[in-house]
Amino acid sequence: MNYELSGQTVARDASFANEVIEATGVRVDRCYQCMTCTLGCPVADVMDYPPNQVMRLIDLGAKETLLRSRTIWMCVTCETCFARCPNQIDTAAVMDYLREEATAQGVEVPEARIQLLHRVFAENIKSFGKVHEATMLMAYKLKSKDFFSDMGIGLKLFLKGKIPLFPSKVKGMQEIKRIFEKTYDKTFGGRS
Amino acid sequence: MKFSYYPGCTVHSTAIEYAKSIDAVLDVLGIELKEIEDWNCCGAAAAHSIHRQLGLSLPARNIAQAQKQVALSSQLITSCPGCFNALKRADYALRNDGETRQEIENVVGFSYSGEVKIRSLLDILNNDVPQESLTAKVKKPLNKLKLVCYYGCALVRPQAVTELDNPENPMMMDTLMDLMGVDVRDWSYKTECCGADLALTHGDLVQKIVGRLIEHAKDAGAEAIVTSCGLCQANLDMRQTGPDPLPVFYFTELMGVAMDVPNRKAWWSKHIVDPGPLLSRLGYE
Ligand code: SF4
Ligand code: SF4
Repeated sequence: MNYELSGQTVARDASFANEVIEATGVRVDRCYQCMTCTLGCPVADVMDYPPNQVMRLIDLGAKETLLRSRTIWMCVTCETCFARCPNQIDTAAVMDYLREEATAQGVEVPEARIQLLHRVFAENIKSFGKVHEATMLMAYKLKSKDFFSDMGIGLKLFLKGKIPLFPSKVKGMQEIKRIFEKTYDKTFGGRS
Repeated sequence: MKFSYYPGCTVHSTAIEYAKSIDAVLDVLGIELKEIEDWNCCGAAAAHSIHRQLGLSLPARNIAQAQKQVALSSQLITSCPGCFNALKRADYALRNDGETRQEIENVVGFSYSGEVKIRSLLDILNNDVPQESLTAKVKKPLNKLKLVCYYGCALVRPQAVTELDNPENPMMMDTLMDLMGVDVRDWSYKTECCGADLALTHGDLVQKIVGRLIEHAKDAGAEAIVTSCGLCQANLDMRQTGPDPLPVFYFTELMGVAMDVPNRKAWWSKHIVDPGPLLSRLGYE
């Protein structure tokens, strides 16, 4: 079967749906497009493909389209879609998988700041074992070169004495290092 | 009662007033928490959002730490819904998925015993502490305080993992607030998402989402919002733009008011929307 996507005719490819099912255990092939997920999704209106269309694109095999989508980065894993899906499809888990794939493949993503924030957060844990807001936000600001938006928020928290200046470190840092080596570093290499 | 405790990173930073009010209230109730040794960050939303195995392994290390003090308590309590969700997800995978369990055990370097049960503080206060023990400690019933309970996402969803309450209409906070005498209003936005981490990259969007929640809270007649989640509290507290912003409390703060615990002013000083005027108007300062 052929289908039209962004003005192009593409052949349907069932192997992607199988890949997703294999990797996540989520039976995306049970979707019957009732749109319940999309109705409850708090960010559907700022996605390029709302959750039900994600299911459709998986069915068609449009992996590239999804890996390059804005949708997968806007999803906040609120799990409303999964809670309400009559077919118990955990769309949020599928979004996790698509984000990991996009990151591992080094795809240029349209919501680079969100991806960067996740990475900076994870790498902050790699440094301290815990999150230290001040260094995390600093690293995010430096790497995103986004110095001006929301400075007020960080400042407000700082003035409230809610952002400690110095990080506290986990004692078992070798264990944390080992976890990262066997997961995050292995998949994403040194790329940042 | 004695439990193992996983505090999570925000107890020393953005949710410091939550931590302080938990200590004060549990002290009154005679519940003792023993922090697990050398805990690490649960990974929050970031870890699982880009790496599934990292998102499972970081919380699993804390389960490993809790296993070491299982003789003290086999119940691991956490007050942060984000941490609770991460710990429960790891535990769910360890318990139900043999292949993933082997991977996690290999990454973390431990052997999962399944002895530790992960519980949320709200669950303990609802299901382990008899209601009479709670009401017996109420010195000032808060019957002039009108509010709505806001649960957010992480505590109740997905239900197979969290095993808590009704995911569409949870009642745990409603029940506790009711016992404190509060005039709890019903509304249909209890479990609507607050925008979560998008606050840091898409502030305008979160402002819109929060604006919608506040509008509906006010429609329900609420003069305040109560939550158990640090991220919800931060987003709701910081992102209100309209006139007459609503104070956003942690549920333990209000239990502390009803139980008249000391040093509450220090909590209010950490809020962006100052709860002082509302509390003094109602005579609950
Ligand atoms: S709610 Fe479930 S079945 Fe309905 S469109 Fe969404 S994923 Fe498909
Ligand atoms: S988990 Fe993601 S896709 Fe599902 S409702 Fe929440 S934001 Fe939307």
